Amino acid sequence: MGIIKRLGMNFSWLKKIFKKKTARIGIYGPPNAGKTTLANRIIRDWTGDAMGSVSHIPHETRRARRREDVTIKSNGSSVMLDIIDTPGLATKIDFHDFMQFGLSEDESKRRAKEATEGVIEAVKWLDELDGVILVMDATEDPYTQVNVTVIGNMEARKLPLLIAANKIDLPNSSPARIHSAFPQHPLVPISALEGQNIDLLYKEIADHFG
Amino acid sequence: MKGPVIKGIQLDLISEDMLDNMTSMEKVRLILDEVRNGKILVLEKGLTPSEQTKLIELTMTEIAQDDFAGIEIESYPVKQSDTFFNKLLGKTSLKTRLTVIGPAAQLKTIKKDRDLISALVSP
Repeated sequence: MGIIKRLGMNFSWLKKIFKKKTARIGIYGPPNAGKTTLANRIIRDWTGDAMGSVSHIPHETRRARRREDVTIKSNGSSVMLDIIDTPGLATKIDFHDFMQFGLSEDESKRRAKEATEGVIEAVKWLDELDGVILVMDATEDPYTQVNVTVIGNMEARKLPLLIAANKIDLPNSSPARIHSAFPQHPLVPISALEGQNIDLLYKEIADHFG
Repeated sequence: MKGPVIKGIQLDLISEDMLDNMTSMEKVRLILDEVRNGKILVLEKGLTPSEQTKLIELTMTEIAQDDFAGIEIESYPVKQSDTFFNKLLGKTSLKTRLTVIGPAAQLKTIKKDRDLISALVSP
């Protein structure tokens, strides 16, 4: 048994050498930036499935979801990814904000509690990743603390980061404002909802995470 | 005879030297304790990216409904310090910058860009 175990260890060691590495990529961003909409589009395009439900109420995603072995092909190159759709990062969660969306007090409090747990989970996942797609709402100010913190963490770890400037289907969007805020990172202006520039995003994903 | 009682929100400016003498956990604990007491803190040096995530994580554990909704934190993006020796050694070190932190219920950011943070403090 001991010999088999040792052999097993040897096999896993060999497997590590010959197995094509799967990059583990987290989709990060503030609440309501469109992370799950983007995750759904990627998963649907390459596996025919979906990742999770979306809502206009913030913190709809309160548990990280992982989809393994998603192969993205673009321009002759392909990359295999584990994609983690993370809950929106925030520094404050007030249950009163949910009540403004018509949720009851009890429901709002429960959602707030789950949202705090979701943020902790998203922070913990940062230690497990090979790269990040940071989804920013291109209609909003890009200098939010969430963006600064995620970018700072990836730079400190020297891990690749790709900015998806989302919601370019909206008239007041400005991907240029995001680019001038963080010019050191590649950026793709997209509409995850309508699919604009999504092929360009796949090309950048294949280039940066392959 | 006593002077007029000044009411307002306490603002603490914490020097780089003081921050340099503290561990990451001490900084995060100090920030959360002071902010929960209603203070606004200005950190001369700011927090490293990993300290920022620690702060977010601990803040989430302390959020209490009807009591503490979290923090407002604003800092400038970190700067890469590319000194001659760092370049020679192939290293890049990150330089953290001024940071403002306060209770989410009292501190609201109006505008922020690369070199300006404009915030509103309410009683």
